[in-house]
Amino acid sequence: MSDHAADAAGLGRPRAAAFMAPALLLITAFLVVPALWTLVLGATNYRLTGLAAANPQFVGTGNITEALSDPGFGWSLWLTLLFVLGSAIFGQSLAGLSLAWSLRSAPKVVKAVVETLVLMAWILPSSVVAFLWVAYLSRHGGTLNAILQTPGTDWLIQHPMASIIVFNIWRGTAFSMLLFSAALSAVPPSQMESARLAGAGTLAQLRDVVFPHIRGHVLTNTLLISLWTFNDFTPYLLTAGGPNHATEILPVFIYNRALYGGELGYGSAISFLMLIINLVIALFYVRLLRERR
Amino acid sequence: MSPQAFLRRVGFVLFLAVVTAFWALPMLWLVTAPFDAHPGLTVRWPEWTLDNFRRLSESPYAFSSLRNSVLLAGGAMILVTVFGALAAYALSRVHVPGRGAILYGMLLLSSIVTGTAAMVPIFQLMFTLGLIDDRTGVILVLTGGLLPAAIFVLKDFMDATPRSYEESARVFGASPTQVLRHVVLPIARPGLATIAVWALVNAWGDFLTAYILLRDPTKTPAGVVMYTFYSEGGQANLPLISAFSVLYALPVVVLYIFVSRRYGFRFHGGIKS
Amino acid sequence: MTGVPLSSSPIPRRSILIGTVGMAAAALASCDKASSSTSSTSANATSRTVTLSIAANAISGGKSSKEADWFAKYVIPEFIKAQQAKGVTATVSFQPSGVDDEQYKSKLALDLKSKSGADIVSLDGIWVGEFAQAGYIKPLKDVVGSSVTSWEGWSQIPEAVQANAAFDGNTFGIPAGTDGRVLYFNKKLFAQAGLPANWQPTSWTDLISAGEKLATLSGVTPLQIDAGTAMGEATTMQGFLPLLVGAGQQIYANGKWQGNTQAVRDVLTFYQAILAKKLEDSTLQLAAKGRDESFGAFAQGKIGVLAEGDYFWRSVINPNGGDAPMATRDSDVGWAFIPAMAPGKGVGGADYASMSGGGGYFLNPSTPYPQQAWELLTFMSSKAAILARLDGAAQVTARKDVNSEVLSKDPLLSFVSQKVLPLTHYRPGLAVYPQVSLALQQATADVVSGKSPADAATAYQAALVKALGGADQVTTS
Repeated sequence: MSDHAADAAGLGRPRAAAFMAPALLLITAFLVVPALWTLVLGATNYRLTGLAAANPQFVGTGNITEALSDPGFGWSLWLTLLFVLGSAIFGQSLAGLSLAWSLRSAPKVVKAVVETLVLMAWILPSSVVAFLWVAYLSRHGGTLNAILQTPGTDWLIQHPMASIIVFNIWRGTAFSMLLFSAALSAVPPSQMESARLAGAGTLAQLRDVVFPHIRGHVLTNTLLISLWTFNDFTPYLLTAGGPNHATEILPVFIYNRALYGGELGYGSAISFLMLIINLVIALFYVRLLRERR
Repeated sequence: MSPQAFLRRVGFVLFLAVVTAFWALPMLWLVTAPFDAHPGLTVRWPEWTLDNFRRLSESPYAFSSLRNSVLLAGGAMILVTVFGALAAYALSRVHVPGRGAILYGMLLLSSIVTGTAAMVPIFQLMFTLGLIDDRTGVILVLTGGLLPAAIFVLKDFMDATPRSYEESARVFGASPTQVLRHVVLPIARPGLATIAVWALVNAWGDFLTAYILLRDPTKTPAGVVMYTFYSEGGQANLPLISAFSVLYALPVVVLYIFVSRRYGFRFHGGIKS
Repeated sequence: MTGVPLSSSPIPRRSILIGTVGMAAAALASCDKASSSTSSTSANATSRTVTLSIAANAISGGKSSKEADWFAKYVIPEFIKAQQAKGVTATVSFQPSGVDDEQYKSKLALDLKSKSGADIVSLDGIWVGEFAQAGYIKPLKDVVGSSVTSWEGWSQIPEAVQANAAFDGNTFGIPAGTDGRVLYFNKKLFAQAGLPANWQPTSWTDLISAGEKLATLSGVTPLQIDAGTAMGEATTMQGFLPLLVGAGQQIYANGKWQGNTQAVRDVLTFYQAILAKKLEDSTLQLAAKGRDESFGAFAQGKIGVLAEGDYFWRSVINPNGGDAPMATRDSDVGWAFIPAMAPGKGVGGADYASMSGGGGYFLNPSTPYPQQAWELLTFMSSKAAILARLDGAAQVTARKDVNSEVLSKDPLLSFVSQKVLPLTHYRPGLAVYPQVSLALQQATADVVSGKSPADAATAYQAALVKALGGADQVTTS
């Protein structure tokens, strides 16, 4: 978060409060209340059906200890961190930034085509995207095998994590690309011009002129896509968590262990654990941001 | 052209070619399957037909759902962008104690509310408020879930606008609201456009909230209808699904082009600094 | 109601906090129960205007489109007409869904929990137990009164099928249909492999030897018995449970679940045998869309024997509008009972085994018009209405009179209705069943990935005990 910006427009506290009120109202009513309620459910053995639906019992931290003692949980957490590192931090961020950077100087038509393609990958519903990638990575008659001339390779079975990481990069880069496009547009062209005239290469330009302006955006973007990727359930549609738990990231873990059987109390408790982990990640980023100042 | 410049040019073209291929190739199925009389799970040369679209038009809810999606996603987009911008501006300019913690806290909570575990609280909350089977209810829930991230992103853009502009405007007698409208918002426009598109895409793709809260089939959005093209045993109706995906994606792409053209992700104002 | 005791002695702050949270949780989770008044069975019985709604997991133009159209074009208009003749103005509507069963179930649970929702709801038979335990549905006699027993249709519905809409001795609704699992085989491939066209295996060894003969044909996968977690409930319903019944045990009997028992290990050993001899494609069991792929492969004549429900015949490989249509279905596809492990080894001394499911229509206990809702329900379950729903297609319904009329032209469905249903079994409709099913699927997945049946059975036992919260309801041997 940036430091206090001076109230140059003379907004004043009362008006600021009025500006924030609608958002805060909606957030409190439709986000905070259900979210906290969900977390409280995590302390019960509540189920959607069955006896525990009529008479939920308070179990305190029982659900949490059950989740932590599940050997699959640690494995799932590890896979999720890999997934986030590979597809969000290194994948989508870098891809988004390089796309935003390159497309600035690309011809209009090319820019429109590439942006539309990247955007389509993001807009299409998960169920359709799953079909696209199953067709793409299919063992018999898959498009990738046809192009790489590797017939018979079952990508989703033989390289499951790599497949879903690449898939997620394909799916989510659009947001980073949009954000960085907007961020780059705020970089004063005069500074870029002077740097170029002074003979700075692309890398130097990026490092000295561009990066200081977009530093905040880079961290915001990375934090957001890390959080979103952490909670992303879509890979389930490609691999169903398999083969043999090889891609059982935490959202899939929650689904298999809790939601499949309608155990909403247990599921909520695992959500709480994921929240704590997300908090740790967020704090890590905040630290990073503070250090760089 | 110097050899260095030439190599850079080649690298640039190569990069764009690879990128285009990477994104386009998996979508081949969407080019062939909707027009294929018997599409399968792999890409193949189709038996060309427009029959799939005709069958879609016979389904009573296919097209009405697209209209509902425009209402729901459009509503959420407008609320998120407007309220988000106001809140982000206020947070950016005025020091509110603990604002960092609050914002991070809300951001983390938003990841719970979009999950399935929250469906019981959301349903019961909306039931108590009498907003079941009401599209407004869906818009409100979606907006609530999207606002934290929107404010988070927009605050960065608000922070980046130079104070000097606002100060000069104040000197010339502009009120704070005028400053916001005529000075800050135009500069933050690329950020606003980004959030608008992001909110639209997220709301457009929503399934669970709309499904849980709506009952009347004429109010159901496309995100829900997308999941009904399956047979009783769970087998996908590929002809209808592929055809519907094209119709599903089209409005959003059109809207993106419109927003991009009109409000731009480039700021074309005159900044000399 | 809560598990936290309230005491009146000085309470340390932490307990107060925990207690408050606990009470809040319990209160929140059940806050909707507070304002409820049980409507008497004769509420609004003489009303001149009636508003009713029906909810089912069907939607026009999408899933179960025929059922949705039946409501719109037959049930609603005809019922309104019939009511008109009695001088009652009826408004009837249908609430479509058409999504994945689990999501439909969740939405229904939320509606019933908050005492709202449609007056008549369609439920899968396996949900009856858990919905009843949660108080979402009530026995028919409690909602409508003792007049329910005088409905003419009960005599047309076999006891076993009625049990699909019952729990703990009470009936909650009227079953709509049922199904059965059989072995489908490709007669053409059988001819090439030297197997008879009227094949009927009598033991698991028969099945394996047929598979071995089919393995000699190139490009053909001999068997497909669903396994692994990717195929979900299909693994349990089409694979594990019929085999378990064939090994002599039901998954749940006399209040106890099968844990690490001989029968369970027998089933897992069978899976290991067919996978080790490469009679089954192990990769197919691991892929997310493996089941769909197997259907396509069978339709193209690449799989020899496939275990599935009758829906495979009428909706998947059906040459008219099936998902994976097989033009030569009627001539090339044969069917056989799923054999017991050995003759007479099945539950109750049976030689063959099968599993059945099926759903029905149930009354919402909060309906403001219980008598009229019952009228609509019986109308929907009348012979004429069911014939209208089938609209010429053949399907195994709950009524014997309808079945004898429509199934005669479909040999497979007649086979299921007359031969398979008498020896079939049903799953226990308890809330914990999905977790047990998942544990079974995981056990088969373990075998697919190379674990020994003994190890897989031990892991299954552990998962089962965890799901049940204790070992006291588990049998081992």
